[in-house]
Amino acid sequence: MAGYYEGLFILVGINIIAVLGVSILTGFTRLFSFGNAGFMAIGAYTGAILSKELNTPLVISIIGGMIMAGFIAFLLGKITLGLKGDYFLIATLGFGESIRVIIENMQSVTGGARGYSGIPMKTNIWVVIISVVIAVWIAWNLLHSKIGRNFQAIREQEMAADAIGIDSAKYKNYAFVISAMFAAWAGVLFAHYFSFIVPIMFNLVKSSEMTITVVIGGLGSLTGSIIATTILTLLPELARAAAEYRMLAYGVAVVLIVTLRPSGLMGYREFSFKKTVAWIKNVFNRKKTSSPEEEENA
Amino acid sequence: MTEPILSIQELNKNFGGVVATKDFSLDIYKNQIVGLIGPNGAGKTTIFNILTGIYQPTSGSVKFMGEDMIGLKPFQIAQSGIARTFQTIRLFKQLSALENVIIACHQDCTYNVFSAVTRLGKFKSIEKAVRDRAHELLEIVGLHDDAYRIAGDLPYGYQRRLEIARALAIHPRLLLLDEPAAGMNSEESNDLCKFVFDLHEKFDLTIFMIEHHMDVVIKLCDVVTVLNFGQTICRGTSDQVTCDPRVIEAYLGEEMK
Repeated sequence: MAGYYEGLFILVGINIIAVLGVSILTGFTRLFSFGNAGFMAIGAYTGAILSKELNTPLVISIIGGMIMAGFIAFLLGKITLGLKGDYFLIATLGFGESIRVIIENMQSVTGGARGYSGIPMKTNIWVVIISVVIAVWIAWNLLHSKIGRNFQAIREQEMAADAIGIDSAKYKNYAFVISAMFAAWAGVLFAHYFSFIVPIMFNLVKSSEMTITVVIGGLGSLTGSIIATTILTLLPELARAAAEYRMLAYGVAVVLIVTLRPSGLMGYREFSFKKTVAWIKNVFNRKKTSSPEEEENA
Repeated sequence: MTEPILSIQELNKNFGGVVATKDFSLDIYKNQIVGLIGPNGAGKTTIFNILTGIYQPTSGSVKFMGEDMIGLKPFQIAQSGIARTFQTIRLFKQLSALENVIIACHQDCTYNVFSAVTRLGKFKSIEKAVRDRAHELLEIVGLHDDAYRIAGDLPYGYQRRLEIARALAIHPRLLLLDEPAAGMNSEESNDLCKFVFDLHEKFDLTIFMIEHHMDVVIKLCDVVTVLNFGQTICRGTSDQVTCDPRVIEAYLGEEMK
């Protein structure tokens, strides 16, 4: 039974890493991608092949997978990021699916549709914990630096971002590459946990799950994404019988969120003690300062 | 006089068959406040959009501090020192006033990605300097007490000021103001005049502004250009312009004979 909970924990951790990437892309830069499972696949296969064929240590496999996915995302971004919102989404959707088909057809390297097996099972609970901590740390620091602020400027008002000298095309591509690298990281861990991967694991459903998770958690909240991932990974496990209806539940959840609470569970806010205190203080101050203002208006 | 800071020559812009701007030429010298007026649809904002790289002109040249600006992207033009505000306010609405200004200080953040992720090196000192500068700018525009309020929740007049603070954060040499007094009553626009003039003095700024409020234009502008249907119909000091029969005709229609 302990193994079962450990497995759940590992799955949650892997999903968190992949969703962090989508959160940066969709939550903070407002680019919707339905191709991130494709990057996960690139990471998974690159890492798996490195580990099995070249006996590289897990760290090298992870870095290798991330570089591969990042490089492909960079090229894809260069071509497609000029497209406006919906068109970019369609392009990523096509990309994600074609990656899957390409892997299926590269029989000699990837094992094709029957899958790639015999990957060393190097992903254990400690690897996942360390990976999640590092991933959250990187994502958090990135978002709270110039780079993250520029992402948010693009999300809020692209024309104004350009008008203050932000190269929005460049920063959109950054966000895309970063999200691909996170997806690949998760993919490598995934491959080394199950030891066997098939292309169908990285299909459109996987991509849309990740985007839905970010929407539910709150577009623009890293902690919201983490909380939502945990809930959405564990929920089908807790109600095993209902697991088949997972996508249905997701659909209902999204409809509810979009109509009742469009900014998601956490909205734009991060869950943090310090900010919560600051927020309460701010509310307090606003009450204090609002009275003379009201007089003025009257 | 010395070289103009901004030199526009024979600028033309057509949208399909519509002539938005026709043979527009203008030299702006350092420390001038230049006004651009004209009836609605005269092509004023089109000129701003060409200057900031949003539109490419059909023909003509724009030189800023001796360098050719045509063909540059909006962000490159901003980096070369032309800041602007928008006719319809374009703030980063969901973020605080302070964050709006900090974002605009991005050129001061000279650290690299590695330093941003690891927080090593100069990251902390640079971030602190940027924060202090953003607070300072908010203080200058009189929004210091509202630094942590969400930009979209600020009253209209404050949003205009915040947009100017954000524009100042990029260290501009030339500031383009697109109808800064739009929607303001006479008292508010009086305040705005004083405010803009103070900025002009304090930052040694050259200002090019579109404005409908004639009192603002008369108070602030050294030189005024009047546009109608994309053509320059008059140019001079504000007194000369307001007395010009062509301007009166453009605004009020022709006198009955």
